[in-house]
Amino acid sequence: MTQHTSRHYEQELQALKEKILLLGGKVEEMIASAMKSLLNRDPDLARRVIASDREVDAAELDSDHLCLSLLALRQPAASDLRFIATALKIVTDLERIGDLAVNIAERSIELNEEPPLKPYIDIPRMATAASSMVGRALDAFVRRDPVLAREVLGSDSAVDQLNVQLFRELLTYMIEEPRNVTRALRITFIAKYLERIADHATNIAQMVIFMCEGRDVRHPAAQEGEAEEF
Amino acid sequence: MNEISIAPKPKTRRPGVPAAEEPMIEIDRLCLSYGDKPALKGISMRIAKNRVTAFIGPSGCGKSSLLRCLNRMNDLIDGVRITGAIRIAGTDIQGPAVDVTHLRKRVGMVFQKSNPFPKSIYDNVAYGPRILGVRSRSEIETQVESSLRSAALWDEVRDRLYESALRLSGGQQQRLCIARALAVEPEVLLMDEPCSALDPIATAKIEELMDELKVRYTIVVVTHNMQQAARASDYTGFLLLGELIEFKDTPALFTTPVDRRTEDYITGRFG
Repeated sequence: MTQHTSRHYEQELQALKEKILLLGGKVEEMIASAMKSLLNRDPDLARRVIASDREVDAAELDSDHLCLSLLALRQPAASDLRFIATALKIVTDLERIGDLAVNIAERSIELNEEPPLKPYIDIPRMATAASSMVGRALDAFVRRDPVLAREVLGSDSAVDQLNVQLFRELLTYMIEEPRNVTRALRITFIAKYLERIADHATNIAQMVIFMCEGRDVRHPAAQEGEAEEF
Repeated sequence: MNEISIAPKPKTRRPGVPAAEEPMIEIDRLCLSYGDKPALKGISMRIAKNRVTAFIGPSGCGKSSLLRCLNRMNDLIDGVRITGAIRIAGTDIQGPAVDVTHLRKRVGMVFQKSNPFPKSIYDNVAYGPRILGVRSRSEIETQVESSLRSAALWDEVRDRLYESALRLSGGQQQRLCIARALAVEPEVLLMDEPCSALDPIATAKIEELMDELKVRYTIVVVTHNMQQAARASDYTGFLLLGELIEFKDTPALFTTPVDRRTEDYITGRFG
């Protein structure tokens, strides 16, 4: 894309993109570490994930501040406006993903205080799928790639499916033996957190499509009868 | 003009005005050249009635030339050649039989620099009706007051109507020029950079006025200020090197332009 006449403006937009990428990298790392702490029964690692949430919160504020100042001072239009609107929204999703990674770490600490209920099979698969959705959604954002973003949208149902499957399995453990209930519930929670992470990745991918094409693909039912654009 | 068909409009219809809007001005393959130099290259568009339409584009893109075609101000320039058609309320304005003075009464104009006559405020506004032969003093008085009210100037000048117009502030002078244009009851109001010499408050007043006036008039404004087009217009056309690159409703143009050249211009990527 052609550069802006104002080099300073160009640099600010670039800085915003970098801030979001850094934040995205941070939360991806948090998901990975939270899962590692669960699988390796490593509460110290889980505590480090919980502590790193402050960095994510600070990065969210920083990015929002830059977006507001760009809106106020540059009066962006067209693709720049859509880029900044997207940045404002996806930062919230990324921050929530960070919170969910913290929640996984908290459950991991609790689970590690008791003997394992069962070997983890579906949970790591869900984590890989959800984390890959976050990574690809961010790649699509950086590369302005609506095709990749659409691929991310298509991955969400696989994660939902795993969540349903895992819930069913854990239910049998709970019915079998009431002493399993606490641990089984905690694992169910983790599955739910991963499913929510995939939902946030979906939101990011939807915003990337909006950023690239100016087309809002969210809530098709609510948009019935409206104009094609926006 | 007798389009009463309810069938969906073909995709090739001229850009800008949705089928639901009634067009006030229809421009068809308009070309204009100054000597050998083409300034407008086949512009076709429909401008909606009772809406504000803005033309934006870099210097020399033809936006002022296009505006000036709408009340034949270009007739005054030597060596101008114009082809194509312009219809205002269904009437071709290019024909030799057109009374240009009458056309300019129907299509009023406000310029970049306010240009009040060195006369009283009252006489500035009364000028048009008097020229048009209105003799009744009370009729002129009524017209002066209603025009000044329409231009949102009445409350500021009602006590000093006989003072010189040149003593008004820049923003007031510009609104006086709008009142003067309104006094002859035009149908279309053309504005060529009406706020470029005004401070932000005076600019906001003119923009507010445009919004009020469009209920009765069709307004076409040329502006260098993209934010002004974004704030004040319903439709925006982007011109570049004499061509109409993109013309659509203003929110769509400023959020999702389709043409790369529009995108580059409104985001400040000048080639």
